[in-house]
Amino acid sequence: MLEISGVSASYGPVQALRDVTVQVPDGSVTAVLGANGAGKTTLLKTITGLLKPQAGTVVFDGHDLTSMKVEDIVRLGVAHVPEGRGVINELTVDDNLRLGAIWRRDTADRKTALGEMYDLFPPLAQRRRRSAFTLSGGERQMLVLGRALMSRPKALLLDEPSLGLAPIVTAQMMALLRDLSAEQGLTVLLVEQNAKSALSIATTGVVLSLGQVVTTKAAAELAADADLRHHYLGF
Amino acid sequence: MATTPAAPESARTTGPVTDADGPPPSAPSGRARSAWERLPVVARTAIFALAFAVIGILIANGISRYRDFQLAEIAAYLVAVAGLTVLTGLNGQISLGHGALMAVGAYCAAVLLLHAHLPLVVVLLLSALAGGVAGVLVGAVAARLRGPYLAGATLALAVGLPEIPKNYKYFGRDEGLTINPPLPPGWLGTNAPIERWGAYICIIGAAVTLFLLANLSRGRVGRNFRAVRDDEIAASLAGISVPRTQILAFTVSAACAGLAGGLLALVTPTVGPGGFSLALSIQLLVAIVIGGMGNLPGAVLGSIVLVYLPSWATSISNGVGLSKQIGANLALAIFGGMLIVVMLAFPGGIAAAVRRTWWALTSRRRPATTIPAGP
Amino acid sequence: MHAFVNYTLDGLSVGMVYAAVALSLVLIWRSTRILNFAGGAMAMLTTYIGLSLIDRGANYWVAFFGALIAGLVLGAVVERVFVRPVENKPPINAVIVTLGLFTLIEALAGMIWGNSKSRSFPAHFSGNGYRVGTTRVAFAPFDTFIVVAVALTMVALLGLFQYTSLGLKMRAAAFEPVVARLQGIRVSRMLTLGWALAAAAGSLAGVLVAPRILPLSPNYMDDVLVYGFSAAVLGGLDSPVGALIGGLVLGLTREYVGGYVSSTYEIEGALVLLIAVLMVRPQGLFNRIAPRRV
Repeated sequence: MLEISGVSASYGPVQALRDVTVQVPDGSVTAVLGANGAGKTTLLKTITGLLKPQAGTVVFDGHDLTSMKVEDIVRLGVAHVPEGRGVINELTVDDNLRLGAIWRRDTADRKTALGEMYDLFPPLAQRRRRSAFTLSGGERQMLVLGRALMSRPKALLLDEPSLGLAPIVTAQMMALLRDLSAEQGLTVLLVEQNAKSALSIATTGVVLSLGQVVTTKAAAELAADADLRHHYLGF
Repeated sequence: MATTPAAPESARTTGPVTDADGPPPSAPSGRARSAWERLPVVARTAIFALAFAVIGILIANGISRYRDFQLAEIAAYLVAVAGLTVLTGLNGQISLGHGALMAVGAYCAAVLLLHAHLPLVVVLLLSALAGGVAGVLVGAVAARLRGPYLAGATLALAVGLPEIPKNYKYFGRDEGLTINPPLPPGWLGTNAPIERWGAYICIIGAAVTLFLLANLSRGRVGRNFRAVRDDEIAASLAGISVPRTQILAFTVSAACAGLAGGLLALVTPTVGPGGFSLALSIQLLVAIVIGGMGNLPGAVLGSIVLVYLPSWATSISNGVGLSKQIGANLALAIFGGMLIVVMLAFPGGIAAAVRRTWWALTSRRRPATTIPAGP
Repeated sequence: MHAFVNYTLDGLSVGMVYAAVALSLVLIWRSTRILNFAGGAMAMLTTYIGLSLIDRGANYWVAFFGALIAGLVLGAVVERVFVRPVENKPPINAVIVTLGLFTLIEALAGMIWGNSKSRSFPAHFSGNGYRVGTTRVAFAPFDTFIVVAVALTMVALLGLFQYTSLGLKMRAAAFEPVVARLQGIRVSRMLTLGWALAAAAGSLAGVLVAPRILPLSPNYMDDVLVYGFSAAVLGGLDSPVGALIGGLVLGLTREYVGGYVSSTYEIEGALVLLIAVLMVRPQGLFNRIAPRRV
């Protein structure tokens, strides 16, 4: 269980999150939605320790993440695909993937995981020795997703994975996330501006606006609530 | 997309918020301006400069010949330090080569004094001009460079330029040129020591420089400097020519360095390559760091430290009975240590830290800020 | 013709030393975006430490490796204590801190070992040029040692960075520190390690060049730093290959200028070359990363 309780965070004088509470049950897909500047990215940063909150706590699997360092949070099984994807252009595809599990000591399992990722994403296998900056948008998304999965995480945080992707690619990716969550019990926290796609695979939807939680509802209910959709989600 | 926190290559070495940006915002703004504040900037700076010169001359009259010499040195270095603090503090360009630019002015003055008979003022103006011309050339190269590449190019200047006079007899090779210092004019009295006259010249030179720089800094040129320092792209979009501004900043600071070199040539017996090594450029940096970059009054503090510290350090080490080996290196060790400590503890310079403490302490007694009612 | 061969050989030998210094600067630049102006002084300090070991009866190899190890330690300490606080501040802060270190370290060395005492660092290999036919060329066993030592070091570092997990972590930490942290990499440890290795490379240059500097004094690395720095900038600060090529180019330039023009213009020649290159390519010769505009 990932519990965010009463978290407030700011960038200098700008208050980005106000008293945000979100509960993410194990094995579920939760979508975090809202307009630009609503605080969605800030929320993810606060969970993985890139930003320290002024108030509130973040608890994962019984561990208090609030004062932990990023590197240690990652080692608890929390994988974060940041805004902009975080592909390291100067490295090869292979190197980028290997980075995902590089902190793990089990070298045999690291090799196995790498093989699994190439099976999961054949286009990456074809380009394994190429420099990452030659990849297309969809391939880059595959790369960072594969990298995140390399560490066999318990929770996967994704920041706008559909950005810049064609609708068909987005749909494939969303289906993959749903399947991973269902088959491996992966907890997925999905930040998206493309609310429709996100809600199609999510169990729960959390809507943020101006740093505050507007509502937390079952995904189906959210998708059906026309007023809410128009006001906050753009469709 | 890169999430690297590193500054982009095209950013200048923008310094920390400097004192040149004005006093902290708690300055009173609502009440009627006093008579002092209603004077135009030119008048205010002229009064300060005049006061500076008068105080300096009074001090010069009351001290020994050796102290007069040190006072002259302080004033001469102040001219260079003030120019450098404008370049780095206001315009954000770092130069490790201003020692070499001082050498240009010094050698120019030395050659003129030895081979021509010109009034002192002309000699000094030509030294400043020589520095300025060198500044245009260096600035033109510097304008294309950013960050470490700029630092490196100026380092090359600092190391390479002083080597050149070593090759020519005309410039005195390794030993340098020996000049007779100018004699005091008759109206000063028959017993006036040479050093006192030297101090007067340097103090007046410093006062004039400070006056000019203060006005430059508060005028449009100064604003352009700061605009380019803070955000080159925004500045160019606002119609400011970034390369021209940067070259101008370099030229102004180089002219100051040239003048300082000329002044030093007048008061020190020899002008040689040894006096303008990389160490000098680093010491100039020490002075602007201590004083706060962009802070003209701070430049005074920096120059005093620059000149006093070596002799103070040697006398301390002799007094405590440390070996000559230690004594000779103590001043440099302290300079190095100061650069480190000030940068780690007070990124805005000691003078800035003192100022902020002063504002913080006195803010309780100041009238509350009233918000102006309208446009 | 004979002179040309000699200048070339001399240039290659001294060029390798410059390449080592340049590599040291490039490693630090890549990982922390800082120009280590104190690099020469740090190398000097470790060489003097090696010299102290010799004074206490150690042999050349103990002093040699002692200096390298001292370099590792010194690099780590400098990063942790002096550089860490300014890593994310405006670049000018780091420039001033490293200049301060440069001044401080040289002054301290002067205090401990004296500025003008006549000392020299021994060379384990002969400095007499090889015999080719009836003449001697300006390339001695010691020069072979220089070339081999620097080449081996570069190959070792290349191997570390390209083929090991540690090297991958260091590269990731240098290119994208935030992303690297999200992969569980302890970025600050990688930065410290980067400085340690870089300082060791600098120490290598320091001990290799010392035997030919007579007498040794605390500022003997100043010129070497300027050459090494020029080499790094010439090659493009992000490029280790550029460091090697830059070093060799600068070494050759120095020898040709010194030989064909005048020895007093050696350093000017190098600096003119540097400025000329920067005017045409402000990001250095081998930098694929163009200076970011906008």
